[in-house]
Amino acid sequence: MKLAYWMYAGPAHIGTLRIASSFKNIHTIMHAPLGDDYFNVMRSMLEREKDFTPVTTSIIDRNVLAGGSQKKVINNIIRKDREENPDLIILTPTCTSSILQEDLACFVDRAQIEIKGDVMLADINHYRYNELQAAEKTLYQVVKFYLEKFKNKGILPQEKTKIPSVNIIGISTLGFHNQHDCTELKRLMEYLGIKINEIIPKGASVHNLKNLSKAWFNLVPYRELGLMTAQYLQKEYGTPYVNITPMGVVETARCIRRIQHLINEQGANVDYESHINEQTLHISQAAWFSRSIDCQNLTGRKAIVFGDNTHAAAMTKILTREMGINVILAGTYCKYDKEWFTEQVGEYCDQVLISDDNIEVSDAITSLEPAAIFGTQMERHIGKRLGIPCGVIASPIHIQNFPIGYKPFCGYEGTNQITDLIYNSFTLGMEDHLLEIFGGHDTKKFITKGISTNSDLSWNEEAQAELNRIPGFVRAKVKRNTEKFALEHKFSIITLEVMYAAKESVGT
Amino acid sequence: MTHESTTLQFDCETGNYHTFCPISCVAWLYQKIEDSFFLVIGTKTCGYFLQNAMGVMIFAEPRYAMAELEEGDISAQLKDYEELKRLCLQIKHDRNPSVIVWIGTCTTEIIQMDLEGLAPKLEEEIGIPIIPARANGLDYAFTQGEDTILAAMAHRCPKKKEKKERNAIPKLLNFKRQKEYITQDDLEYIEHPSLVLFGSLPESVVTNLTLELKKQGVRISGWLPSKHYRKLPIIDEGYYINGVSPFLSRTATTLIRRRKCNLISAPFPIGPDGTRAWIDKICSVFNIKTKGLEEHETKIWNSLDNYLKLIRGKSVFFMGDNLLEISLARFLIRCGMTCTEIGIPYMDKRYQKSELDFLEKTCQKMGVPVPKIVEKPDNYNQIKRIYELRPDLVITGMAYANPLEARGINTKWSVEFTFTQIHGFINARDILELITRPLRRNNNLKKLGWEKLVKEENNF
Repeated sequence: MKLAYWMYAGPAHIGTLRIASSFKNIHTIMHAPLGDDYFNVMRSMLEREKDFTPVTTSIIDRNVLAGGSQKKVINNIIRKDREENPDLIILTPTCTSSILQEDLACFVDRAQIEIKGDVMLADINHYRYNELQAAEKTLYQVVKFYLEKFKNKGILPQEKTKIPSVNIIGISTLGFHNQHDCTELKRLMEYLGIKINEIIPKGASVHNLKNLSKAWFNLVPYRELGLMTAQYLQKEYGTPYVNITPMGVVETARCIRRIQHLINEQGANVDYESHINEQTLHISQAAWFSRSIDCQNLTGRKAIVFGDNTHAAAMTKILTREMGINVILAGTYCKYDKEWFTEQVGEYCDQVLISDDNIEVSDAITSLEPAAIFGTQMERHIGKRLGIPCGVIASPIHIQNFPIGYKPFCGYEGTNQITDLIYNSFTLGMEDHLLEIFGGHDTKKFITKGISTNSDLSWNEEAQAELNRIPGFVRAKVKRNTEKFALEHKFSIITLEVMYAAKESVGT
Repeated sequence: MTHESTTLQFDCETGNYHTFCPISCVAWLYQKIEDSFFLVIGTKTCGYFLQNAMGVMIFAEPRYAMAELEEGDISAQLKDYEELKRLCLQIKHDRNPSVIVWIGTCTTEIIQMDLEGLAPKLEEEIGIPIIPARANGLDYAFTQGEDTILAAMAHRCPKKKEKKERNAIPKLLNFKRQKEYITQDDLEYIEHPSLVLFGSLPESVVTNLTLELKKQGVRISGWLPSKHYRKLPIIDEGYYINGVSPFLSRTATTLIRRRKCNLISAPFPIGPDGTRAWIDKICSVFNIKTKGLEEHETKIWNSLDNYLKLIRGKSVFFMGDNLLEISLARFLIRCGMTCTEIGIPYMDKRYQKSELDFLEKTCQKMGVPVPKIVEKPDNYNQIKRIYELRPDLVITGMAYANPLEARGINTKWSVEFTFTQIHGFINARDILELITRPLRRNNNLKKLGWEKLVKEENNF
């Protein structure tokens, strides 16, 4: 048992659901008790999704515990197949169903006989994998399942596309700024003259998976999702992959050079150097920013970075290498992949922290006192408590991290966005600091001022206590309204009754 | 779908619906009971739900935590008792609460962890009361979590004699006793048997309802739960009890059977009609003639007129997820709305009897058909019915709210009703503020022609 208040990565089935509901026309059935379908709420709220999330639950209740869930699960699969005609139904276990140890694979086989679409069991273990690992595995599982199926049917295309083309692997629902990154990567590829072959899983249909083998190479922008699939495609179909995250000016250039190398090997004969040069010096503002006096003022300032592997590593490199900021600690919660992280950031920070315990992260921040933090929503709140500004760079995230405006982290526009994020975080902190030195704002008194100062109204003890219970942000308003009411009705002492009468009368 | 019947019809579907897990009740209970600590014994799935469902609350150093079960706990390689002892000692050290509430989850049910057996032993060993409660998704929905916890807590309410003993020493040391409830001149109260109310409400709502009853001369001698665990009310045989929320049937049963109390079955004090009926019923049980109640209700209704204009004649559909549905539907029908379907997770016809009767009467009074009550609804079927009926307002969970809005159907997120103050005369406006918000918003947008924002009707 572990005492836990918060977690960075969700349970395994969330990963599976993220992959499944990124695809078009895949329905997922969770084998879970009532109330575990919280994923639907997250997707509908955070992504402001217009469509119904294609996830239902085959509910585990007392009857199921007594008699087994075989019939119920199979019926639910058949029902969904009839109602919505999905291409694929994925049955996913949850932590509760894992311990029941029912043979879900057997239910899936039984259901397959009766339905038109395909059905599979997500191969995830709740006590061994987290959300990210499960997403990685599920994407691999779906791709492998369909490629094998298409291969057996003999309908896999044998040829590569005529012009160089790419599959972008790893764009998914509820991923941090994934939608914007995807658009930016598409633009980048277009600029490089590379055709987008397929993008998976977001928006893809399982029927399109057969085209995967037509691409010249695969691009895996995020460390956490897609690598396993890319490795599989390399092994089975010889498609090389690029897994350099194009985040930051230097890394984007490195990614493009790697792409150039891979497609030239296949006879493309391209030279992207002038493109990189043009973008770096004249289109992206990040390189110029590094040289400007604004950035000069950031030299040597202390920052802490914490997040998933992809974003924490990329941010650490950007801060140190491109802006001259002193990263005193870089950390990740991807404990299962810590070697990679340590190797990536080793030379760019003073100290590495591998932990999924938010208290440990909080303690580190408290004792190191950086000028700015770049982390998840949890670090943002730690920063709030300590009065240190924080830029959010990775999941777990809130609704404000799903902006409507165009805010990629990848590619050249991404470098501009990241520059703003970093610069704003530092200057906000500076501004607060200066305000404090010069005595701060002096407007606070006026905000809470009531009517009572120039009248003989008084609040009795109970009413005062009740007033204090009212949340701070509306207290002044309640106080004013109550006093206005008391004056109008000629009460000189405000009691609880007067307060309630005032509330009842508001708006009449 | 037309049914013009005047008696209530009950239906039961598949139970394939969306609701919150009952462990969510820790969110409001830890705030209510200020010296408590809630330990949810479950898995990452439970933790993830709590963390996401509670939004910013999670960052405010809450007095709850997960005891996250690991593989060793599931396979019984680790001893439950030792593990729980370790965590509870840590909690005692860090927070020193007056009570630790253990929330059993689906996992503890399935692996049959004997929380009820372990709690008394550990309680004795570490010297802090431990209350085990089962609030799991196998058996309960959303607000029923509060019910299971209050039912467990009911056993800890002192009897008259033990309360005196328990307080003997602190009383000596504490000359200036803190006021627990509003203590006023005893002359303002009429003599009647002791009355204890149950149901967790924010302090200001407690004060307000206490005052409303005081106006009639009724004294509330205690409230389960109270603000502090140490001040749980005395409950003796023969006491009268009343539940203020519709989902508290287990607590009611426990108090009736185990503490030999008399339940006053009344409509719930939600809406001015409900509040008046609630006070009326309590007073009638005590043979008290109410005064000024009708005038008060009329005054409230008059003050709501601007809101009523907006919803009169409009239809509402409850998908059902928090058990407040019957009371809210009754209030909205009295406001002039029509309602064809009330979805509800679980319907205790005995505990909610007065409320159901009141609903039926309200429909007759307003001359509208009675709604069909659908227990354990099937969301898929419900959405089909919504497409057919095109109600003016659907009260639903967040999973369906945005997709329905995108299809031109007004929605109100049902969970807000559990977190907003809706009890008593004073809060009727707040209910209507919530109800009319989508209608007011969409009135503002009407001219823009942006109603349907999905390209083709996806066949959900």
